Amino acid sequence: MAEIKLKSLAHSYSETPGGPEDYAIRHLDHVWHEGGAYALLGPSGCGKSTMLNIISGLVQPSEGEVLFDGKRVNELSPRDRNIAQVFQFPVVYDSMTVFDNLAFPLKNNKIPKSRIKARVQEIAEVLEIEDKLYKKAKNLTADEKQKVSMGRGLVREDVSAILFDEPLTVIDPQLKWKLRRKLKQIHEQFDITMVYVTHDQLEASTFADKIAVMYGGQIVQFGTPTELFEQPNHTFVGYFIGSPGMNLVEVERSAAGVRFRSTQVDLAPWQVELLKRLTSKNIKIGIRPEFIELSPTASDDTYEAEILDMEDLGTYKVVTVRLDQQEMKVRMNEEFEGAIGSRTYLSFPQQWLKLYVDEFLVQEQQ
Amino acid sequence: MQKIHNNRAWWLVLPVFLLVAFSALIPLMTVVNYSVQDIFGPGQAFFVGTEWFKEVLGDERLQDSLIRQFMFSGAVLLIQIPLGIGVALMMPKSGIKGSLCLILIAIPLLIPWNVVGTIWQVFARGDIGLFGWGLNELGFDYNYTGNTVDAWLTVLLMDVWHWTPLVALLCYSGLRAIPEAFYQAAEIDRASKWAVFRYIQLPRLKSVLIIAVLLRFMDSFMIYTEPFVLTGGGPGSSTTFLSQTLTTMAIGQFDLGRASAFSLIYFLIVLLISWLFFTAITQDDKEK
Repeated sequence: MAEIKLKSLAHSYSETPGGPEDYAIRHLDHVWHEGGAYALLGPSGCGKSTMLNIISGLVQPSEGEVLFDGKRVNELSPRDRNIAQVFQFPVVYDSMTVFDNLAFPLKNNKIPKSRIKARVQEIAEVLEIEDKLYKKAKNLTADEKQKVSMGRGLVREDVSAILFDEPLTVIDPQLKWKLRRKLKQIHEQFDITMVYVTHDQLEASTFADKIAVMYGGQIVQFGTPTELFEQPNHTFVGYFIGSPGMNLVEVERSAAGVRFRSTQVDLAPWQVELLKRLTSKNIKIGIRPEFIELSPTASDDTYEAEILDMEDLGTYKVVTVRLDQQEMKVRMNEEFEGAIGSRTYLSFPQQWLKLYVDEFLVQEQQ
Repeated sequence: MQKIHNNRAWWLVLPVFLLVAFSALIPLMTVVNYSVQDIFGPGQAFFVGTEWFKEVLGDERLQDSLIRQFMFSGAVLLIQIPLGIGVALMMPKSGIKGSLCLILIAIPLLIPWNVVGTIWQVFARGDIGLFGWGLNELGFDYNYTGNTVDAWLTVLLMDVWHWTPLVALLCYSGLRAIPEAFYQAAEIDRASKWAVFRYIQLPRLKSVLIIAVLLRFMDSFMIYTEPFVLTGGGPGSSTTFLSQTLTTMAIGQFDLGRASAFSLIYFLIVLLISWLFFTAITQDDKEK
């Protein structure tokens, strides 16, 4: 087990990188603490897998340092870093039985035979493949193979960390849920640092205590699922986390706050104060669909809008409204009633109205 | 959809049937025909049944050359298969070096059989051949025309030089087809180089190795031209392999009945051994 620290890390797959667009990872500083269960969340191509491969040593970073417990490991190969990694697609040793597959990393580490047997049995039980232990690995189904792949990562007890690179891609949804719970249990049981790469927010939040959201080669926010939901640090986090994502509206400065077209939105005094000091013209306000309030009647702080569409998703409704040519999504409970095309009155509770300058959240300074 | 039965469709099979008939069945039937008859001249043929087969199987000259043939093919497989795998493992994975290596290695395969024989006949000569002369200069008493062991070694060396590249090329293509993820997983699992070879590379080379083993077995079992040119089957009959014995019988002695009977046995041996190899190698695929 180890604390993994990434220091001003950058990586480009091109040998002569020109601009920042050639970089898969851009000057990234991050610490994965010892014994944590983390998720690395982001869209395809944002540099998640690159980062994982840099941690495990399969990829050498172009710049920056990787530190395990404060010691630089850039020059060490994966075998010397003593790290386990599970890949997106199952990798099994075809000619071996399931037992031998699981025992393989232990044999390579010269672990005594009796210990190997006990450990393989333990992991096979956790993954529910103990009845297949003596079957040839090549005759397994895709999800059994992936379980074996995962098992090989979990079987070693002394690893610095276990890295998962979208390990449940080939597994069907029902089993996915079960395996994710399993991984979580294994984490609680063995207390190993685990980093889990995924592009699925649900997967990330069910597995991890803390999630790192990656976008454009950088970690834009690192926090608990609640923090990511309530305080998105970056417009991308707002948009990517939550279903539907945060409503983001491009605005410009006005006397008491901001304005888009003819609509004036008042902000908290500290937000107005901060906005005055910044020069950027890239200003957005964001509010989650869950926090917008709709009412059938007008009052002082409401805005008149039109209901464009309503989707019933079983346990809640997603209402699309148009306010001054700006479409917004509002999440309402099942009881909400309103006709498409009718008027409704919106209000934005001030504590949930977020201000973004240059895509980053403007926060109150204590 | 309703299936339409039309027996005229059988005509579509005719081209294939004719092709196989002319390429394999009819020539083979000629041999079968000769093998059961004694023919003295046109219109003077006598049916002799299995007579020729009995005679051929009891012929000591043939038995000796069959044993020699098995020894030769065995040696060829034992040397060329591991050597070919080794060469393939050492070749550069890609780039200009890889291409260059491929070309250099493929050169022996492009040389006609009788030229290969001639090359080695000269190369191994003690007076003017670099190889033979060099060995003699180094103090070895080497003479492939007089010494049985030397003759054998030279024929084997020639075949290794000529055909190992085929095994190497097949293995090289097999190795390139292994996804990078397997090597990455092995690196993560801290597998030794040997373990990577034993559990990743070798199992994934299996299909190309089946082809390599079968081709090398069949070709070496039917070898004719190279030793014929190099040693002429000598000294004595020490490097006279099966097909040379057969040719001598059929053309030299014009003993068509016995030669035909023996041809059929020869063919069956190649077929049988190839089948045995194939079943043995692919056997564990069927295991659950």
